[in-house]
Amino acid sequence: MSKRPWVFIVGGLLVALVLAGVVSNYASSHPDGLDSSLLKGCTVDADDNIVGGSCPAQQAKDHELADSPLADYGVRGVDNAFLSTGLSGVLGVLLTFAIGGGAFWLLRRRSSGATPETDGEPGSEATVEGAASTPAGRS
Amino acid sequence: METLAMHISNGIINGPVAAIFAALALATLTVCVLRGRRDLDDRLAPMAGLVAAFIFAVQMLNFPIFTAGVSGHLLGGALAAMLVGPWVGALCVAVVLVVQALVFGDGGVAMLGLNITNMALIGTAAGYLLIALLLRVLPRTPAGLAVTAFVSALVSVVVASQGFVLEYWLGGTTDLGSNLAGLAGTMAGAHLFIGIGEGLITATTVVTVAKVRPDLVYALRGLRPAAAPTVPAVGGVR
Repeated sequence: MSKRPWVFIVGGLLVALVLAGVVSNYASSHPDGLDSSLLKGCTVDADDNIVGGSCPAQQAKDHELADSPLADYGVRGVDNAFLSTGLSGVLGVLLTFAIGGGAFWLLRRRSSGATPETDGEPGSEATVEGAASTPAGRS
Repeated sequence: METLAMHISNGIINGPVAAIFAALALATLTVCVLRGRRDLDDRLAPMAGLVAAFIFAVQMLNFPIFTAGVSGHLLGGALAAMLVGPWVGALCVAVVLVVQALVFGDGGVAMLGLNITNMALIGTAAGYLLIALLLRVLPRTPAGLAVTAFVSALVSVVVASQGFVLEYWLGGTTDLGSNLAGLAGTMAGAHLFIGIGEGLITATTVVTVAKVRPDLVYALRGLRPAAAPTVPAVGGVR
């Protein structure tokens, strides 16, 4: 079994991309547990628009970034709903991985050499650590 | 309401309470960063990025629950706690919520602290406490792992939903009066069923990862018997 996490990471990302890019189009469009709880007391039509009564959901205000090009999980300008949702999902997965993965990578604890690195990937780590430790040692 | 809004929207909780929870969330996330750094190594960091991306993807997949017209989606706290630990796990869910609020218009920006408190902090904490408990008492088999994932995920969702009820009690913009108990009951009931979906997704995912790469499941670290071949080898080299 390979010790490299990257094969697994890429595989997992592909699964996430399929889920967000394709399967997301088959998601239920009904209000979720929170929204439906807040609709209690109101009557809604077939499209879940409030038509009467009083309930907490009536206090809801527009989102600050409702005009964002990816607002509401669609890509503005893409008229095909399937494509729009799927594309927004793909972009969201990549963006989340880039931001999350990038931040975690920067935050990670550089192995101080006290613990032996897992065998299998001598490449990238060695250079990163070498580059990081050399200037510190000289200065 | 033909939108895919899934988190607390603007205007539901008043500004001062939202601001207090934003400060609370920021402080707690800072602690998570400090503690999480101990866990974050070259192997966990990319895994944590994947967990965040995966949670984003699965949060898009609203599934129908018991009553017609109501859906639910993964929150992901227990899943993240299982795969990358509680500290980094909470950060993973928080990253997802920040991206959703700032890019996808989902969950008010002013409400971000509330959404992070419920889903990233309360959900992950409740999930992890149960994970730690159940992994000690249940057999170390795939079935034991699945039950751990299912139960901790289910309970974490219900507990997280009550976080919202607390916030609504403090700063809800509609005076429910004595009907707050009704809101608590409605939320708990709906999220009990959402929790079943959360449990199934979490158990399936965790068991799959444990089968492919058990070394990448945080919750299994230090629990495995010496059967794992890499453990003595790594120690032996030293």
